[in-house]
Amino acid sequence: MSNIVFLTIIAAGIVLCLLRMLKGPTAPDRAVAVDTVATITTALLVLLGSIFGRYVYLDVALVYAVLTFIGSVAIARFLEKGI
Amino acid sequence: MQVIGIIIIAIGSIFLFLGSLGVFRLPDVYNRLQAGTKCTTLGAFLTIVGVGITQPGWLPKTLVIALFILITNPISNHALGRASRKSGVPLCDRSVVDKANEFEEYKEKE
Repeated sequence: MSNIVFLTIIAAGIVLCLLRMLKGPTAPDRAVAVDTVATITTALLVLLGSIFGRYVYLDVALVYAVLTFIGSVAIARFLEKGI
Repeated sequence: MQVIGIIIIAIGSIFLFLGSLGVFRLPDVYNRLQAGTKCTTLGAFLTIVGVGITQPGWLPKTLVIALFILITNPISNHALGRASRKSGVPLCDRSVVDKANEFEEYKEKE
């Protein structure tokens, strides 16, 4: 039952990051907000796996972490010198 | 073991929320980057390891995920900060010092 409370706290954090992503004045602001959301979502997936009792969610979280790392580095390189 | 794991998950989720609050509230992209990197790395590490402690069969794979986040999250955020400095995002008004101006490749473009 206590896991639901933690889930609510983390979801409120994701909503705050999404507000910053809508508001942010420049492109790097939005990139930072999206990267923060991606890291929080990895933790959230592991917590969801604990709530539902499914071991498969850990694989999903691992693949998600790898893909968002590659995506963040690609966005940073694009912001630095273009394609 | 259950109680220890739940306490660790609680600390981690509070850290995650505080990091998101910093991303929303701070005035500048560099300050936001700092809040979004440090709090999020520690919070995600504690949350994932806490889940591994409450369910002992899951501990090896959760440790792998936590170590991967601990290594790659500072790297990607460092790349984002360097890219935003090089693409000329201004600092906020209350900034006191900008050491990066001393280096040739980070000079402000006129």
